[in-house]
Amino acid sequence: MLPAADVVELSRLQFGLTAMFHFLFVPLTLGLSWILVICESVYVMTGQQVYKDMTRFWGKLFGINFAMGVTTGMTLEFQFGTNWAYYSHYVGDIFGVPLAIEGLMAFFLESTFVGLFFFGWDRLSKGQHLCVTFLVALGSNLSALWILIANGWMQNPVGAVFNPETMRMELASLGEVFFNPVAQVKFVHTVAAGYVAASMFVLGVSAWYLLKARDTGFALRSFAIAAGFGLASTLSVAVLGDESGYTAGEVQKVKMAAIEAEWETQPAPASFNLFAIPDQENERNHYEVKIPYVLGLIATRSLDKEVTGIKDLKVEHEVRIRSGMLAYDALTKMKAGDKSEPVKAQFAAHEKDLGFGLLLKKYTPNVVDATEVQIKAAANDTIPQVAPLYWSFRVMVGLGMWFLFIFAASFYFLARRNLAPQRWLLKLAVWSIPLPWIAIECGWFVAEYGRQPWTISGILPTRLSASALEAGQLHFSLIGLMSIYILLFAVEMYLMLKYIRIGPSSLHTGRYFRETAAAQPQSA
Amino acid sequence: MIDYETLKLVWWGLNAALLIGFALTGGFDLGAAALLPFVGKTDEERRVAINAIGPTWEGNQTWLITAGGAIFAAWPLVYAAAFSVFYIAFMLLLFALFLRPVGFDYRSKVADPRWRTTWDWGLFIGGLVPAILCGVAIGNLFVGLSFQFDDSMRVSYGAGFFALLNPFSLFCGLVSLSMLLLHGATFLHLRTDAHVQRRARTAVMVWGLVTALLFALGGVWIKQMAGLHLVQIGDVNGVITPLSKSVQAGEGAWLTNFHTWPQAWLAPIAGIGGALLAALAGLLRWRWPAFLASGLAIVGIIVTAGLALFPFVLPSSLDLNSSLTVWDSVSSQKTLGIMLGVVLVFLPLISIYTTWVYRVMRGTVTIDRIRRETHTSY
Repeated sequence: MLPAADVVELSRLQFGLTAMFHFLFVPLTLGLSWILVICESVYVMTGQQVYKDMTRFWGKLFGINFAMGVTTGMTLEFQFGTNWAYYSHYVGDIFGVPLAIEGLMAFFLESTFVGLFFFGWDRLSKGQHLCVTFLVALGSNLSALWILIANGWMQNPVGAVFNPETMRMELASLGEVFFNPVAQVKFVHTVAAGYVAASMFVLGVSAWYLLKARDTGFALRSFAIAAGFGLASTLSVAVLGDESGYTAGEVQKVKMAAIEAEWETQPAPASFNLFAIPDQENERNHYEVKIPYVLGLIATRSLDKEVTGIKDLKVEHEVRIRSGMLAYDALTKMKAGDKSEPVKAQFAAHEKDLGFGLLLKKYTPNVVDATEVQIKAAANDTIPQVAPLYWSFRVMVGLGMWFLFIFAASFYFLARRNLAPQRWLLKLAVWSIPLPWIAIECGWFVAEYGRQPWTISGILPTRLSASALEAGQLHFSLIGLMSIYILLFAVEMYLMLKYIRIGPSSLHTGRYFRETAAAQPQSA
Repeated sequence: MIDYETLKLVWWGLNAALLIGFALTGGFDLGAAALLPFVGKTDEERRVAINAIGPTWEGNQTWLITAGGAIFAAWPLVYAAAFSVFYIAFMLLLFALFLRPVGFDYRSKVADPRWRTTWDWGLFIGGLVPAILCGVAIGNLFVGLSFQFDDSMRVSYGAGFFALLNPFSLFCGLVSLSMLLLHGATFLHLRTDAHVQRRARTAVMVWGLVTALLFALGGVWIKQMAGLHLVQIGDVNGVITPLSKSVQAGEGAWLTNFHTWPQAWLAPIAGIGGALLAALAGLLRWRWPAFLASGLAIVGIIVTAGLALFPFVLPSSLDLNSSLTVWDSVSSQKTLGIMLGVVLVFLPLISIYTTWVYRVMRGTVTIDRIRRETHTSY
C-alpha cells in the first residue's frame, strides 16, 4: 500500500524546508574556510599580525555559522530513513555509498580539526595551524563533493541496475557514479557558488567598516581578498554553469525545457527565451522575447544539436510508460514464480522503463490495468510546473550577473587604488550581502523541484518513495523542526550581527576600533 | 573477492564498531554534558567542564553521523525500517542533539548570566535526552518493533510512539544513561581539577556501581523475556530476502548465543567488571584506569547486546518473519566489498589524526586557565 498523498506532500515539504534551511549555512562554510586559508597563508608567509587577526575574526563568524550547519545537517543525514523509507531500501545500495564515504573521508576530517582551528593557536606552530585550517577547508569541500555525487545520482542515475530478486537498484559501477557528468558539474557549480556567497559576505562586511572609517587597514585587506576570490569564483560559476549537465539524464532534459519554457522542439541551434510568461494549461508562452542561438550553445555546447521541447518529451514519456507497464507485468510474473524465458525476455526488453510504469501506481495499484486516461495523466505528471522553474532560474542568473559586476568593480577600483571615494560601490556591497543566498536557494529549487515527479530520475517516483507514516507524525516533526530552526536562526543572526558590529575588537588584542577609540579620549 | 557470508559478518562487526566508537568518544561528551548542573555550581566551574570536552566533541559526534551513513550503505533495510519506525522518538533525539553544536559555540559569546544559564540547560538536555533515548532504542530491539514488509519490501507500521515506552526499554534507557554518566564522569575526573574534579569523582563511584547493578539486573530480566529464534533461512552466502526465512519466539531466546558460545560471557563480564573497576579506581583516585575501565564497560555492554540479538539486528514484533538479520538486510556483495575497502583506508587515518588532536589538546582544564583565556574559551 502506498503512503497517503498528504503524507507524501508533507514529507516533501519537510525535506524541502530542512534542505533549503541547511543550505543557508553550507555556502559560507564552503567559501569562508578557503578565505581563512588565504588570510592565514599570508600571515604565515609575511608574519604580519593583521592577517592572523583577520583569520581569527572571520574565523569567529565562521564558527557561529558552522554550528548551525552542523545542527541542520544532522536532520538531512537521517531524514532519508525517517521519511523516505522506501527510497532508502530501493536505492540504499548505491545512494548510501557516497553518504558513508562522506562521513569517513570528509566530515570526520572537518569536525575533528575544526576544534583545533579555534583552540590550537597557542598549541601549534604557525605552519601546523595553517595545516589545520587547510584540512577544515578540504574536509568541508570534500563533504560537498560526496553529497553532490549522491544528489547528482538522483538527477542522472548511472552505474546501477535493478535486481528483481531483491526489488531494488544495485551498484554496478562506483566509477560511473563518481564520474557522473551531472555530479561533477554540480559539484564545481555548487562549491563555486558557496565561494561567491562567502566572498560577498566578507566584501560586504568589510565595506561596512570602510564606510564607517573604522579598522580600515583590516577591512581593506579583507575586502581585497574577498574581491579577488569572489571575482574568480563568480567567473567559474558562470563558465561552469550547471546547465552544461542538463543534457545528460531524462529529468535534466525536462528541466532544461522547463527553465527555458520551451514547449515545442526548436530546430538547432535553439534560441534563448529572455522573457516569457509560461502558461502551463495551454502549453505556450505569452509575451516572448527571444535571443537566437544562445540556448543551443548553452545546453548542447554546439550549433547542430536540438534541445527537445516539453510537448515532445511528454510524447516520449508516454511511450516509456506503456513500455514500463510491460516491465511491471513481467516483474509481477517473475515474483509469482514464473521464470520462463519469454517473461525474462519481456522484462529485459522493458526494464529501463520500469520507473515510468511505477508512475501509474498512484492511479492504479496493479499498473498493468491502467486506462488511457490514467496513462495520459501519468505522462502529464512527468512535466513539473514550468513557471516557478522558469522564474527561479532567471532570478539566479540575473543575480549572478550582478555579483560579477560588484566583484569586477571592486577589483577595478582596488587595482587603481581608488576604492575609498567609491562610496556607492561600498554601499552596494553591503546591501548585496543576502543576495547570493537568494541565488543559491533558487538554484537548489530548480534542481530539486525540477526533478519532480521523481526522487530518482526515471527510476523511482516521489509518490512511492515516502515512508507510510501518519499525517500526525509529520505535523509533529514539521512544527518541531521549524520552531527550533526559527528560534536558532534568530539566535544565530543576533550573534552574527553582534560580532560584526564589534568587529576585530572582539579579539581583545588592543589594536582595533573600540579599544583604541576608548583609549583616545583618555590620552587627549 | 571476499565471499558474501564473510562480508555480511564483517559488516555486522563494522557497524557495531562505529556505534561503539560513538559511545566511547561521543559518549563521554553526552555524559559530561548531562552532569553539567551537578559538577559545575558556578559559571566558571561549568566552563571548566565544557572546555574539557569542547575542542573535541564535534569529531566525536561524527562517529554517530558516520554510523548512520554506514548503516544506510551496508544495511539499507535496517536504515529504512529503524529510522521510520522510531519516527517520533527519532525526532526527539534530533531536537535534543540540535542543542549541542549551538550550545557549545554560542554559550560563551554573550556574558549575560541568563543567556549562559539557558545554554547550560540546552547542553544538559542535549546530553541527557540522547543518552536515555539510545538505550530506549536498544531496549526496543529486544522487545521487538512494530513493523512489517510487504513483498515489494515496503515497510508498514503497527503500534505508535507510546508503545516504545515499555518498561524494559525504559529500563535500558536507564542503563545507557548511567553508563554514559559514568563515562562522562571519568573523563571530567581525568581532565579537570579542584571542585569539578572532586564532584566528578563522586559521580564515577556512584554511576560505576549503578551501571554494574542495572546491567546485571537487565540480564536477569532478559532471561524471562521472549526472544527470537531463527528457525530456517536460505543459503547465508547468497542473496536472501527477509520474508523468505522463518522465525519463532521463545522465552529466554536472547540468551541462546551465550549457551552456544560460552566465550560470549566475556562481554557481560567486561560490562559489569569494567563498571565496578571504574568505581574502584575512582575511590583510589586512579584517573586513567577509571576512564579506561569505563570504556571497557561500554564495550562490554554494547557487545553483550549485539551478541544476544545476533543474528538479528532489527526484530519485529508485528510479523516475526519481517525481522531483519545480518544475513538478509544487507547491500549487494559489491557494495559491501567496496565499503569495506573504504573503511579499511579511512578508519586507521581517522584514528591517527584524532589521536593527534587529543594529544595537542591534552592537559588539565582549570579555573585559572578559563580566566586567563576567557575570550578564547567556550
